[in-house]
Amino acid sequence: MKDLLLPLPLLVPLMAAAVSLLVPRRVRVQRLLAIIGTLALLGAGAALLIFVASSERIQATQIGAWPAPYGITLVADLFSATMVVVAGLMGLAVAVYSLTDIDPPREAFGYYPLLHILLMGVCGAFLTGDLFNLYVWFEVMLMASFVLLALGGEKAQLRGAIKYVALNLVASAVFLAAVGIVYGVAGTLNMADLADKLRGQSAEAGLVTTLAMLFLIAFGIKAAAFPLFFWLPASYHTPPVAVSAIFAGLLSKVGVYALIRVFTLLFTQETAYTHALILIVAGLTMVTGVLGAAAQHEFRRILSFHIISQIGYMLMGLGLFGLTSDPALKSLALAGSVFYIVHHIVVKTNLFLVSGVAQRLCGSFELARLGGLYSDHRLLAVLFLVPALSLAGMPPLSGFFAKLALVKAGLEMQQYAIVATALVVGLLTLFSMTKIWAEAFWKPLSSGTQATEMQPPQTASARTALLAPIAALALCTVVIGLAAEGVFGLALRAADQLANPETYIRAVLGDPS
Amino acid sequence: MTIVLAVTIGCLYAAGTYMMLRRSLFKLILGLVLIAHGANLLIFVAGKPSGAQPPIVAPGASQPPAGFADPLPQALILTAIVISFGVLAFALVLFHRTYQTVGTDDSDDLRVDEV
Repeated sequence: MKDLLLPLPLLVPLMAAAVSLLVPRRVRVQRLLAIIGTLALLGAGAALLIFVASSERIQATQIGAWPAPYGITLVADLFSATMVVVAGLMGLAVAVYSLTDIDPPREAFGYYPLLHILLMGVCGAFLTGDLFNLYVWFEVMLMASFVLLALGGEKAQLRGAIKYVALNLVASAVFLAAVGIVYGVAGTLNMADLADKLRGQSAEAGLVTTLAMLFLIAFGIKAAAFPLFFWLPASYHTPPVAVSAIFAGLLSKVGVYALIRVFTLLFTQETAYTHALILIVAGLTMVTGVLGAAAQHEFRRILSFHIISQIGYMLMGLGLFGLTSDPALKSLALAGSVFYIVHHIVVKTNLFLVSGVAQRLCGSFELARLGGLYSDHRLLAVLFLVPALSLAGMPPLSGFFAKLALVKAGLEMQQYAIVATALVVGLLTLFSMTKIWAEAFWKPLSSGTQATEMQPPQTASARTALLAPIAALALCTVVIGLAAEGVFGLALRAADQLANPETYIRAVLGDPS
Repeated sequence: MTIVLAVTIGCLYAAGTYMMLRRSLFKLILGLVLIAHGANLLIFVAGKPSGAQPPIVAPGASQPPAGFADPLPQALILTAIVISFGVLAFALVLFHRTYQTVGTDDSDDLRVDEV
C-alpha cells in the first residue's frame, strides 16, 4: 500500500505533464488535463494523508528497492502529507483560475505542463527523505518557476525574473556546497541516517553548527526570510495572477518546510544558538515585511511583502521549539508553525486571486486607480474580506487560531519580545488590509480610468472559473477556523512526530534488532 | 592534493563572488558559473578522494576490492553538473532576452519599477 501511495503525488503530475507535452497544439486537451491532473493530485494527497493519519506512524518507502540508507527514500509523516494535500488543493484552485486568466500565447507555449512540473517539484521536496534528492526537487521546482515567471516575456516580467533567477541560483549553490560538506562529515545523505549519526557527533559540534548556518542561509533565501528576501517583492507582482498566486502560496513555504525539517531532525545540537538565531530572524522578518507592505500602493506588492511578514510567524514556532525542553511546549510551538503554514497557503493564494479579479474589473493593480468594487461587486468584496481578515488574525477565521497557538507557546516560554512583535505585526497587517479595503473597495472609481484596460470576464463560464476557486478557498479559511479543534489536533500530532526524530529514524532505517 | 584543491575552490568562490557583485548581467552569469564549479569541486574534496581501487566487483568475486574508493561523490557531482548546465543555459537565454527587450546590461537600470 505505502509503496503505491508515497510515489503517487509525484507520478500524477509527471504523467499529466508528459501527456500535456504529447499534445502541444491541443490546448483544450491540456486544459482538461490541468483540471484532471490537479484533482488527481489532490486525491492522491488526501489518500496519503488518510493512510498516514490512520496508521499512526511515519511511512517510508525505498525507491528502486535499494535499502536505506543507500537508496533514495520517500518519507511521509503527517506534516509532509498535509503539505501535499494543501499543494494539491492550491494546484486545483489555480488550474481552474488559469482557464480564464492565462492568455492563449502563454497556453500555447506550455503553461499547463509547467504548472504540473512545478507541483511535482513541490511534492517531491515534501516527500523526500534524502538531502541530495531534496536539492534535485528544489531544482525541478525552480526550473519550472523560472520559466513560468518569464513566460510571456514582458519587460516587467524579465526584470523580475532576472533577480529571482540570480538569487535563487545563489541559494542553490550554497545548498549544494552544504550538502557536499555534510557528506564529508557524516558519510551519508539519508536524512534519517544523518540524524542518527549527527546526534553522536559531539566532537565536531562546531562544524555541525557551521553546516546548520549554511542550510539556514540556503533555505532562508528560498523561504524569503530576513535579510534574504529581496528577490520576492521584486518578482512576484510581475507574472500573470495565476502564476503569482501559486508562487505566493507554495514556493517560499517549501523553503520553510525544509527549514523545519532540518532544524527539527538534523540540527538540534546547539539549539541555544541556532534556534535563538531563528527566533531573532523570525521577529525581524515579521517587522520588515509588514513595514515594507505599509509603504506600498500596488495590490500585489502589498501582498508580496505580507508573504515575507507571515514567513516570520512560521519561523517563530520553529525558533520557540528549540528554546524549551518541555515536550508539550515543543509540540505546541511546532503545531503553531504547521497550522500557520496551512492557513497561510490557503489565504495568500486566495488574496492573490482576488487581486487578479480586481485588476480585471478596474484595469489596474495600483490602489490609486482601483475603486468602487464594494458598490458594484458585493460578492467579490465579501470574498476579499474573509481571507484579508483571516490574514490579520480575526476570530473565528483560521489566522486567529494560528496566531493563538504561537502566542500561547511564546507566553508560556516567557519569550515576551517575540510575542509582542507578533501581536503588533498582526495589528499592522490589519492596517494594510484596511488600506486595500478602503482604496479598492470603498472609494469610488476615479473618473480617469479608461475602459479599454479593463478585461471583465465576458461569459458566465469565465466568471465562474475566476470566482469559484476564490469562493472555495474562502470557504476553506472559514472551515479551518470553525473546525479549528480538529485541524489543530492534526497539527499537534504532526508536531509530535517532528519533535521526536526517533520515530522518523526508525521508520526509515527499521528497528534496531 | 587536498590543499591544492582547497585553494582552487577558494579562488573560484572569490572570483565568482566578485563577478556577481559587478553591475553587468553577463558578469553575474559568469560568477554563477564559477561558484557552481566551486561547489562541485567542494563535493569532490569533501568526499575524501583516496585514489584507491575503483568500486567494481571483478568477475567471479563476490565483493569489490578491499579499500575501494567511494563512488557517491562523483555521482553527486555528475548530477549537479547536469542540473547547473541546464539552469545556467536557461539563465543565459533569459539574460540575453532581457538585454534585447529592456536594452541594458546594467543591473542598476533594472530597478526602475522598484521604490
